[in-house]
Amino acid sequence: MQIDDTDRRILRQLLADPAAANAVLAERAGVTSATCWRRLERLQAASIISAPAAVINWRAMGYEVEVSLRFNLDKTEPRAFDEFLAAAREVPEVIGIETFLGRVDVRLNVIARDMAHYQELYRARILALPHIADIEALMLIATIKEESALPL
Amino acid sequence: MIDIDDTDRAFLRALSRDATTSAGELGRRLGLSQPAAWRRIRRLEEAGIIAGRRVAVDRPALGFGVTVFLGVKLGTKGRVSLEDFERAVAAIPEVQVVQHVLGLFDYRLRVVARDIADFERVLRRRIMTLPGVGQVEANVLLTEEARPGPLG
Repeated sequence: MQIDDTDRRILRQLLADPAAANAVLAERAGVTSATCWRRLERLQAASIISAPAAVINWRAMGYEVEVSLRFNLDKTEPRAFDEFLAAAREVPEVIGIETFLGRVDVRLNVIARDMAHYQELYRARILALPHIADIEALMLIATIKEESALPL
Repeated sequence: MIDIDDTDRAFLRALSRDATTSAGELGRRLGLSQPAAWRRIRRLEEAGIIAGRRVAVDRPALGFGVTVFLGVKLGTKGRVSLEDFERAVAAIPEVQVVQHVLGLFDYRLRVVARDIADFERVLRRRIMTLPGVGQVEANVLLTEEARPGPLG
């Protein structure tokens, strides 16, 4: 699908403020509401953008701890990635899974109610994941910036 | 913090897939009247549990083929304030996420670029010139997967 400047203008506004109403996006992008709606429908139909999803604030749900766990897997085992990822999906406190090219193979974003809960999770669920060669933890202190905007 | 029951969790599961689902439709699926469903959603929003919306984009389709996570260690702690670093890094358009972390690194950054050459430009001209920046580790994102989290 071809993306033109009008699409880009609308996308820039949408990504800057995904909760904005169609009429507001249209005005900011300098197009009519009908055009804005039609363009967004087309982009969604082509799977270039997803339907807007609610963002859940886990802290407000009582999950005070967020840890980024970086794994190296045992690559002598050909099924290491598949089996590790399948097992990680079974842990409810894992809210995100990423794979990488680099020093880190896989990163899991893990939330816990408090440090005691985290320790319990870490021992019972995380260390039980298959084919781990090494783990490093980064504990989240603060999120300074988090947006999906692209320099379009 | 408010108490959350299984119906609330079902609402959160549905809205974190598609936030545009109407209160009437959600109520029908979960056996609640439209006003009762609407009150549930309002309550979750007021408690800060539903914290805005997010739209996922197909970055490669929009010309951003490379996403890199950087671990940054500050080299001159104490001399350059964290605020100076944070203000400068958050102003870079290619940097989508800035997290202050505890562990092997001081900050985690998510950087988008058109291709590897573009990433190199961002890294050299914008990241390596940040005040106080020390050791930097880069991992190129291959796949990412958002999980529903502990809503089951």
